[in-house]
Amino acid sequence: MLHTPSPDFAGPYDLAVIGAGVVGCAVARRFALAGARVVVIEKGADILSGASKANSAILHTGFDAPPGSLELELVQAGRAEYLAIRDSLGLPLVETGALVCAWNALEADKLDAIAAQGRANGVNELRLLSGTEARATCPGLSERLVAAIEVAGEHVIDPWSAPLAYLTQAVALGARLLRDAELIGGRFEDDWILETSAGTLRAAAVVNAAGLYGDLVDARLGLKPEFEIRPRKGQFVVLDKAAFAHVPRIVLPVPTEITKGVVVCPTAFGNVLIGPTAEEQEDRTRATVETGALEALLARGAEIVPALAGIPVTAVYAGLRPATESKAYRVIARPERRAITLGGIRSTGLSAALGLASHALKLHEDFGLPATVPAEPPAVCLPNLAQTRERDWQRPDHGEIVCHCELVTRREIEATFDSAIPPGDFGGLRRRTRAGMGRCQGFYCNARLAEMTQGRLAPPLAVGEREE
Amino acid sequence: MSGPFESATADVIVVGGGPAGVAAAVELRRQGVAHVVLLDREDELGGATRHCAHSPFGMREFGRVYLGAAYGRRLAAEAAQAGVEVRTGHSVVRLEPGGRLEVASSSGVVTLSARRILIATGARETPRSARLIPGDRPLGIVTTGTLQSYAAFHGLMPFRRPLIVGSELVSQSALFTCLTHGARPVAMIEPGPHPLARAPFNWFPRLVGVPFHLGADIADIRGTARVEEVTIRLADGTAHTLACDGVLLTGRFTPESALFRQSAVGVEPGSAGPAVDQDGRSRDPLVFAGGNLLRAVETGGWAFREGRAVGMAIAEDLARDAEAGVPIPVGFEAPIKLVVPSLLRAGANAVPALPDFQLRFSRTASGRLSLEIDGREVWARAGTWRPERRILVPIPPGAARAGSVRFRFRETG
Repeated sequence: MLHTPSPDFAGPYDLAVIGAGVVGCAVARRFALAGARVVVIEKGADILSGASKANSAILHTGFDAPPGSLELELVQAGRAEYLAIRDSLGLPLVETGALVCAWNALEADKLDAIAAQGRANGVNELRLLSGTEARATCPGLSERLVAAIEVAGEHVIDPWSAPLAYLTQAVALGARLLRDAELIGGRFEDDWILETSAGTLRAAAVVNAAGLYGDLVDARLGLKPEFEIRPRKGQFVVLDKAAFAHVPRIVLPVPTEITKGVVVCPTAFGNVLIGPTAEEQEDRTRATVETGALEALLARGAEIVPALAGIPVTAVYAGLRPATESKAYRVIARPERRAITLGGIRSTGLSAALGLASHALKLHEDFGLPATVPAEPPAVCLPNLAQTRERDWQRPDHGEIVCHCELVTRREIEATFDSAIPPGDFGGLRRRTRAGMGRCQGFYCNARLAEMTQGRLAPPLAVGEREE
Repeated sequence: MSGPFESATADVIVVGGGPAGVAAAVELRRQGVAHVVLLDREDELGGATRHCAHSPFGMREFGRVYLGAAYGRRLAAEAAQAGVEVRTGHSVVRLEPGGRLEVASSSGVVTLSARRILIATGARETPRSARLIPGDRPLGIVTTGTLQSYAAFHGLMPFRRPLIVGSELVSQSALFTCLTHGARPVAMIEPGPHPLARAPFNWFPRLVGVPFHLGADIADIRGTARVEEVTIRLADGTAHTLACDGVLLTGRFTPESALFRQSAVGVEPGSAGPAVDQDGRSRDPLVFAGGNLLRAVETGGWAFREGRAVGMAIAEDLARDAEAGVPIPVGFEAPIKLVVPSLLRAGANAVPALPDFQLRFSRTASGRLSLEIDGREVWARAGTWRPERRILVPIPPGAARAGSVRFRFRETG
């Protein structure tokens, strides 16, 4: 989609945010609420086109985060703010709770320490359960379950509507989103002069929320990189909605040093997902799925919940997590350059985003810039996509149901194109409406969507008019 | 027809307005059933036949040939003439016990109930995700049904130079659609050792100059926005990278059985459709099923005849109004993929709607296929059985009163 720079494209802005992932969207919101003029520079055709498009959609409590860590503090702050604002933004909360499952005596031995760490982290809604007790709360679990910890506060949210809501609030306050705009370079001369593929602009301060490109963006800004992104691929399988009845709770493994392991969990949309894998790779651009890895995830899922064995696959996906050489968040403030880097937000970004945003604002206060006047939070309410609340198809006069598997209406699709942040590509349309995300993966609706979205998506679904 | 329903109850509600559903609804009216409602979620009747612009329908049921949408219009005319209350643009979102359906349309959500329900929601192709195909996930990876909807409904195409996967009859139809709409497939591959369509259909790719490889698989798909290239692994182990702008996944039909799968009735592991008895009656005796929902996939004409027969059975069931007996399962073992019907009920209708067991194999196998009733062999045949080929075995009289019914297979290697 083409974005014509409007007269004030070049700024000056109070803040430039590099990257419209979940962290960038939350930062844009927090600074816009603080009264800043914000520009968000996104190199993709749409927001959430990097690491943020593929996660497990869990709102964490922080029970397993490193004690005393910045990650723990920001996960808990982010979670608290999500819970406080979600109702007014129309965002769901599926209160599933989680079970950390021990499948053998060795794992069961580790549960006490995990519970102790959780309590030390301030997460008190923890219960040690026998295998039988745990299965009573989640009957689909295999009989091999030895013991579990119930973490009542771990919940499931809509991972795409939440950041969209944050950025929509920012845009309502005048923030500007530049898409298809890659940061090429920047220099600090009292203000930041930022060269992007969409043009040059000026901003008083910069927040690097570039995720998988965090280290490269620091380098392009002339900042000495303090970390190196080591992409970690995660593949996921999404099962048909018939699976939901068997997995009403988030099923976590006992983690290892390397990874939190394979999770089996319900989604806000009524499916069940199995994943992620954890595969180190050099490439920052390709997140491929592989037959063998997907088969292994399916097998693992069926070991944990045997009834999943016969349930068809709805979707498969893969994402890259912006891991670094260390497990910790890499938050770096450089007051002398008025730059903040929010790096290495590898797997808890969805939970921590709002916390990271407030933290960035606090760091920004030390930059010695003139104070701005806080704004009233604008009323923004996103269309609900979660199955736990009323959907558009349940209300009359929606025109027609276009996507039958996910029950997406014509009214919803039209509304998203008329919204403040319309989808830039087909992935963006899917994330905003769920069209084409269901069990048939577009067998029935893809052609209709191609026709409805002509001239509105880049690249278009159809390659051109019929040639006889 | 739009606007509110005249009544929230009916004698029979048929879900799905393809050949099977329409044939059943019309037959029910012919048998004197007063209030028959036909629901379809699309705007036009016809189901999958609407976008199959190439293949002729209607010869056996209407005595003449129709193409694509014209066949759907003929079905609509038949339904109207028979006095069926037809509701298009109505999506059934839930099948509930006691003959109730939750139905969504632009007028809102209603719960309808009927003395009997027939689900005839057809079949669709297996998408890329469920096939666990490796690689990137760019635009341009679609099924035949999607391709044909692009071409037939909207005059659009999802690609110009696709790789085609599959060698069923529908794969040849997909190739035909490409060639007649300005697309030039780069190659056609079949993972199995034999083409799944019979000669002369499987000669088609070579006749039109499209390379055809057996025993070949997708090893990788590359593309950021749209498909840019696909690497295929051939039977000899060599890998070849083809520049192309799409992947056309053909066949591997699966029943559109979500209503059953998400209800207490469930689906069968082999067919992925609901279990039915010889009348098309499911485990819930108020709910029947017919057409390609039972066993993906047969022709439109087959679905029509099956729908009509199940419609007749429902009319008889309503007239008799007797308690349906407890069904016995029809046993089978690998490599038999499915048997339809997979239930038999004693005391069912005098003339069964499904006179034959329909079997499919999941792979090519040579050996002796036999049917045992109460441990006694009543039918047997030796041969080489190919996947996705129809096998019919007449249901022996009295089978429904037996204690056990079982297909056996002894492979000879």
